[in-house]
Amino acid sequence: MPARPVLYSYFRSSCTWRVRIALALKGIDYETVPVNLIKDGGQQFSKEFQTLNPMKQVPALKIDGITIGQSLAIIEYLEETRPTPRLLPQDPQKKAIVRMISDLIASGIQPLQNLSVLKQVGEGKQLPWAQEAITSGFNALEQILRSTAGKYCVGDEVSMADLCLVPQVANAERFKVDLSHYPTICQINKALLALEAFQVSHPSRQPDTPAELRA
Amino acid sequence: MTDKPVLYSYFRSSCTWRVRIALALKGIDYETVPVNLIKDGGQQFSKEFQTLNPMKQVPALKIDGITIGQSLAIIEYLEETRPTPRLLPQDPQKKAIVRMISDLIASGIQPLQNLSVLKQVGEGKQLPWAQEAITSGFNALEQILRSTAGKYCVGDEVSMADLCLVPQVANAERFKVDLSHYPTICQINKALLALEAFQVSHPSRQPDTPAELRA
Repeated sequence: MPARPVLYSYFRSSCTWRVRIALALKGIDYETVPVNLIKDGGQQFSKEFQTLNPMKQVPALKIDGITIGQSLAIIEYLEETRPTPRLLPQDPQKKAIVRMISDLIASGIQPLQNLSVLKQVGEGKQLPWAQEAITSGFNALEQILRSTAGKYCVGDEVSMADLCLVPQVANAERFKVDLSHYPTICQINKALLALEAFQVSHPSRQPDTPAELRA
Repeated sequence: MTDKPVLYSYFRSSCTWRVRIALALKGIDYETVPVNLIKDGGQQFSKEFQTLNPMKQVPALKIDGITIGQSLAIIEYLEETRPTPRLLPQDPQKKAIVRMISDLIASGIQPLQNLSVLKQVGEGKQLPWAQEAITSGFNALEQILRSTAGKYCVGDEVSMADLCLVPQVANAERFKVDLSHYPTICQINKALLALEAFQVSHPSRQPDTPAELRA
């Protein structure tokens, strides 16, 4: 009997949250192995985890006999092997827009404000640095969404772009970015957070959520 | 009669080079509109370009009536609409590995050493910063490739991962990264640079290549 998929996860990792949403939307039951990015100097640097995922990052998903890193590569694999409900539109042009928005966030914003980069930026500079990365990206995203959005990022169906948006808005809030400039982003974020999959996957409801942050 | 696709390109942009390779491999004839990222304070910041691509980045591809930003979203669209020769394996697991390697480079390395980030890092710190981003990523990539590579990144067929690898190695060389630690990366890079598509798309052979850098 095949084992359940195993997700290496940190409760507050926005990249991992994207994958948790996908797993929830697709009704895929999985096991969580927490990887604490802060404790013990960062458990992602352990020899054991590095063998599993040389990138020393979460998320990583062990599924169907392989281990995949990189949240969007994981989500695309889930989409191909567990295709319903779909997370990518069938129309190639709409699909391209979904991928463009996902990449804007996953390549253009999040990596610039992730833990390793902030460590290098240095004390005292971290907040303005993160805020700059996010506002720069959100300025572009808000403009794009004004022509692509319906109820969600692209039309009225939840897509991979939405899985990227919600965790990035949570990061924006953590870094005290003024979200009043981004009404479309906020509206979509609110609509998505009302959905079950975005709630069960929330950082405040994970096996490794600290007691004081638990929902 | 339909217009040729239009690629907004900077000769030295590694992200744009990925798309140029894809267009060359698929035999797609296109028009180049150069966007100089340095001149005039950076032509990507012009009102005109910002309307076309709110992310204010290259590449952007105008094709089939739409404009797509983000190199991997562009390449995936080309793959779906001009499927031969393929740039993604048919097997979902191999495809996931190709995407993982592509994302490692396109999200995990390049954005950390792109022009805007280096501007913020400040004079004197740019070289060590870029070297750190690249060596960190290449340490992981070398390890991964040792189990996935054949002639190229994933087995013996050129894939989207290879389109990301070559431009990133060129960046590594520009930032004087010691590549002797990465024999697999170097071997694959060498094999790819022998292919026509990687040559015609090379930064030294573009319409906007400065005379002193021209091949």
